[in-house]
Amino acid sequence: MSDIVATNETILVVGGGISGISAALEAAEAGKQVILVEKNAYIGGRVTQLHKYFPKLCHPTCGMEINQRRAKSNPNLTILTMAEVTDISGDKGDYSIKVKLKPRYVTNNCTACGQCTDAVEAEFDNEFNYGLNQRKGAYIAYNNAYPQTYVLDERIIGTDDATKAKDACPADAIDLEMQEESIDLKAGAVVWATGWRPFDANKIQPYGYDRFDNVITNVEFERMNDLMGPTGGKVTRPSDGAEPKKIAFIQCAGSRDRNYLKHCSRICCMASLKQTHYVRENITDGTSDIYYIDIRAIDRFEDFYQKVQEDDSVKFIKSKVAFITEGENNNPVLNGVDTEGYHRYANEYDLVVLAVGMEPSVNQGDFPVDIVLNEEGFIEMDEKNGGVFAAGCSSDALDVNRAVQSATASALRAVQVINQVGAVSPQNEGAK
Amino acid sequence: MSDLNQALADKYKGNFLKEVIDNVEEGDRVQMCMQCGVCAGSCPMGPHWEHTPQKIFMMIRANKREAVLASDSMWMCTSCYNCIARCPRELPITHIMHGLATYAKRLNLVPKTQPTAKFAQLFWNNLSSKGRVNELKLGISLYFMNGFGEGVKTAMANQKLGLNMLKTKRMAINEAWGGHSVKDKSGFHAMLKKAAEIENDTIEANSK
Repeated sequence: MSDIVATNETILVVGGGISGISAALEAAEAGKQVILVEKNAYIGGRVTQLHKYFPKLCHPTCGMEINQRRAKSNPNLTILTMAEVTDISGDKGDYSIKVKLKPRYVTNNCTACGQCTDAVEAEFDNEFNYGLNQRKGAYIAYNNAYPQTYVLDERIIGTDDATKAKDACPADAIDLEMQEESIDLKAGAVVWATGWRPFDANKIQPYGYDRFDNVITNVEFERMNDLMGPTGGKVTRPSDGAEPKKIAFIQCAGSRDRNYLKHCSRICCMASLKQTHYVRENITDGTSDIYYIDIRAIDRFEDFYQKVQEDDSVKFIKSKVAFITEGENNNPVLNGVDTEGYHRYANEYDLVVLAVGMEPSVNQGDFPVDIVLNEEGFIEMDEKNGGVFAAGCSSDALDVNRAVQSATASALRAVQVINQVGAVSPQNEGAK
Repeated sequence: MSDLNQALADKYKGNFLKEVIDNVEEGDRVQMCMQCGVCAGSCPMGPHWEHTPQKIFMMIRANKREAVLASDSMWMCTSCYNCIARCPRELPITHIMHGLATYAKRLNLVPKTQPTAKFAQLFWNNLSSKGRVNELKLGISLYFMNGFGEGVKTAMANQKLGLNMLKTKRMAINEAWGGHSVKDKSGFHAMLKKAAEIENDTIEANSK
């Protein structure tokens, strides 16, 4: 017998980022049974990889901690990590779901002491830091990860490292015999919250992200500024490790472009404006030049934009950069023509940050359920989706604030479906 | 100013954008430009001409009729298509530039010393006579474009190249007598005539 109890009055939430967590908590706190399925070994998603939020410039860990506590204390919520939904069949009010659970090789006995990490030798690209550094084969994604349980990389299984990790563990929490499992669940409604991924900057050929060391993306810059990040909070040039002084931000790197992403990713302008604060705080005499088509400080953030405009260390250049070349000392050179005066420029920088946009993390065609997508691949609100409701960035390019609003709305829709199911289910017959 | 030019200028007084939309091939797409400047920065000829495509499009909207139509810009386009490939809104920039060139030519506003305009005419004459480009004749007419003396000089300077091309069959000497042609030459001419008719009628009608 499975230890997970799920009926057609259960809500399944797919994806444990800020949207998924928000939807799951809202529904669970409204008294519904919720199962949250997360692909990673930890919940929190992209938000955990951010250094600071705009506009308040506070740390995301703070809000995440509150959510983690809500999750821990709510018996209605079951969280499955390293789990992926492979199939959804049935209809609104009665779904059958298959979930694949990947082996973690570490049990709940883990005390997060970290001795397995010290014991193993193999290192891999650290996906949490977008490959900017390496991590061990036994690891926890980041300090505050929830659950506080380590993971063994499947690539060390069968090697000496695996036994070393097992021997080092004082809590006997490592189980090398763990196998991949597939479990079947029932649910009445599904909240789909698989979120976004950064647009692949390699596709923007003229910007040479693949060719020039000192051209990086905004998500990488975010990690660099994090004290717990790959560089311990120091901004460095990938080519020589030196501290950059002149930094350029290129807006709409991939967004609002029919060759790449047709939509405006909505967050990148605010993200770059926010990152100019990092430059001022972390780099002595650092300057930021922002190349833009037009600044879209969404929502009520115009004042944030105005404050950045008043900053002497920040310059705005109205131009979509045409192409990047490499000058002396691996310095990227931005080439183009500006729109205010039509001046041709070739400006040299120490570091260039591409403000890459958001694309849906699930490719069209990879959904385990029939779903209506728009041409950008985001989920449309449509009757045909039945009891599957999109939350957060799987529905549109959103910032955290709007993603949480969207998640709460989806939770309500899911709860409504469950209430209808509950009203007609046999156990309620007697009550009427 | 030619009569047609005057008539069109009067007709569209104060709305050059409308004039472009109505009369220039794919001119309607000018409206889609969001002035990002990628075309201007991507153009290999960019530093050598007066107005970048981005600037031309803005000038069209700003009603700078004379400056646009007399610009050398559209004549400097080498049709490399870099701008089209990179334009975030997929504007057919190259085609619009050629459209503007054709329109300026129709209105007799091409700068007199514009060498590309001269070559474009030579190319068209060559192509339209038989439906195939006669490269030998085109080469010769290009050499003699600026007078007989200079033509001989250029021909002498390129003598070796020419002989090598003959040797490797990259140039056929018998093209000098007649040359190859499309199968249905009269049909081809009829088609061109009809196309010119439609184009003339449209612009004629737009000028009234």
